[in-house]
Amino acid sequence: MRLIPNRAWAATILFTAFAVLPFLAVALDDSYLVVIASRILCYAIAALALDLILGYGGMVSFGHAAYLGIGAYAVAILSRAGITDLGLHMLAAIAAAAVFALVTGAISLRTRGIYFIMITLAFAQMAYFFFVSLSAYGGDDGVTLNARSTLFGQTILEDDTALYYTVLVLLIGLYLLAVAITRSRFGRVLTGARENPVRMQAIGFSPFRYQLTAFIISGCMTAIAGVMLANQTSYVSPAFMNWHRSGELVVMVVFGGIGNLLGAVAGATIALLLEEWLAVLTEHWPLLFGLILVLVVLYSRDGLSGLFRGRR
Amino acid sequence: MTNLFLLQLLNGMQFGILLFLIAAGLTLVFGIMDFVNLAHGVIYMIGAYLAVTFAQMTGSYGLGLLLTLPATLLIGLLLELLVFRKLYDRPHLDQVLATFGLVMVLTEAVEIIWGAAPLSVRMPDLLSGSVPLVGPMRYPVFRLVVIGAGLVTAAGLWLVITRTRIGMRLRAGATNRAMVSALGVDIRKLFTIIFAFGAMLAGFAGAMVAPILTVDPGMGESVLILAFVVIVIGGIGSVKGAFAGALLVGLVDTLGRSFGPIILRAVMEPSAAAQAGRVLAPMLVYILMAAILAARPAGLFGART
Repeated sequence: MRLIPNRAWAATILFTAFAVLPFLAVALDDSYLVVIASRILCYAIAALALDLILGYGGMVSFGHAAYLGIGAYAVAILSRAGITDLGLHMLAAIAAAAVFALVTGAISLRTRGIYFIMITLAFAQMAYFFFVSLSAYGGDDGVTLNARSTLFGQTILEDDTALYYTVLVLLIGLYLLAVAITRSRFGRVLTGARENPVRMQAIGFSPFRYQLTAFIISGCMTAIAGVMLANQTSYVSPAFMNWHRSGELVVMVVFGGIGNLLGAVAGATIALLLEEWLAVLTEHWPLLFGLILVLVVLYSRDGLSGLFRGRR
Repeated sequence: MTNLFLLQLLNGMQFGILLFLIAAGLTLVFGIMDFVNLAHGVIYMIGAYLAVTFAQMTGSYGLGLLLTLPATLLIGLLLELLVFRKLYDRPHLDQVLATFGLVMVLTEAVEIIWGAAPLSVRMPDLLSGSVPLVGPMRYPVFRLVVIGAGLVTAAGLWLVITRTRIGMRLRAGATNRAMVSALGVDIRKLFTIIFAFGAMLAGFAGAMVAPILTVDPGMGESVLILAFVVIVIGGIGSVKGAFAGALLVGLVDTLGRSFGPIILRAVMEPSAAAQAGRVLAPMLVYILMAAILAARPAGLFGART
């Protein structure tokens, strides 16, 4: 009972739409469109990463913004040190995120349910306060990046459209990777561990190892999103890892319908467009956004796609 | 040095007591209803705003505080009837999201009503003095009153939970909700009472700190997450655990911030010690939480994982 019978087709349509969007922006003479769309794509990567563990592993991480921040600060710190290559920024971000995910994940995964939600939230807050007190990088105010990352020594990412396509390529690549992961033996063990950890253990798997690995993969993917987001805004601050941001990521996944990967991309798009639209209407847009969120949760079981499908 | 230690010890206790008032409501709701409420910190914030407003209206902080209690009780009641009641048998994810939405709504509503600029309220003249500690140090009376009020509340809570009929039902509900319901206790009503009562405690905490902190829309958030840490450390559902956890977190956070750099100075040069201390101090509570969880995944007083 899927809304769209074939996810591959839906993905093709969605990504093609994103690919032609810059041409539309040129035709409409609206360069802001590409800027918003870049932001959407960055968050889509993060939401995709979160859906991988939330939707398939049943791990409700309420601290994923920490990885966005780790990725963003990797750019800021390396750029300050004179290293501007995007590839190196990514590597550093992935390595740092992997270590953070390994340590916090190993502790968080000892617990279940509510505990897991609260502990991931607490660890993200720890990372947040770490960067708030890091006065060498602006503390609470953050740092402005002088230039975007370079690609093979070239400064082509300074062009908004080039940056946009780089993020899009990354998103498509990571989407395909995520699909491959969920279809692999690893992904099936992960889903099995969500459904019934005791049974998985009985047939010889250690759910903890699979869950921790998935948690680390997800953290690394989110850090990549953080690297691109820092490049997009040319500004890095602890606000990247505010717990509201973590909440928004969960909202995106849920808006798109959890556990279907493409839904996360759609959810990020919907949530950010809704935000943009409400912000035009009123400066008090969080009031309306929060109200919509409460209503969606109360009256629909499967995110916005569930709304269209009607109640089961 | 000992004077500074005593001073910070009292500050730590005051912070811990404050955290306990917030965590007590949270842990009861968690333990008995298995319900995650992210909006609890917002109620604390609203409590502080209401205390400011009522104090301005009546011209007395004490009256303002007294009026805040039924007001936050009412807000808790309303939220329970309108939103939370529908969420009890939903997955934790739904609860987290709906209450996250409420955080956005209520925070924004507060900004619309009171504005984003920080407010303050004058503490009563009677309590604005200070008492001498050892040597030349003095300690503000008001902070001592906060500690005292918190301890009295904790003792009252303990009496209610261990000595009264509703407390008995509460403990029974935390152990086995279905059985209590089967024995003919109206569990819905019990939930509503606990919820409203928890909201009132949070509102009380907010009203208590309104004269010593600036009242702004962001004040609930940092406290909420620390309250989570307290509950995780103490064990979900245990008021005793919340009390121990809150004092532990309050003391570790306060003492770590003031003595961390001093201790570090013994092993490294002053400027590096100051920098490292500043970065490490805010992380101490979370490291403490991680250490306790590594040893006891269910928390200090928790029975369940």
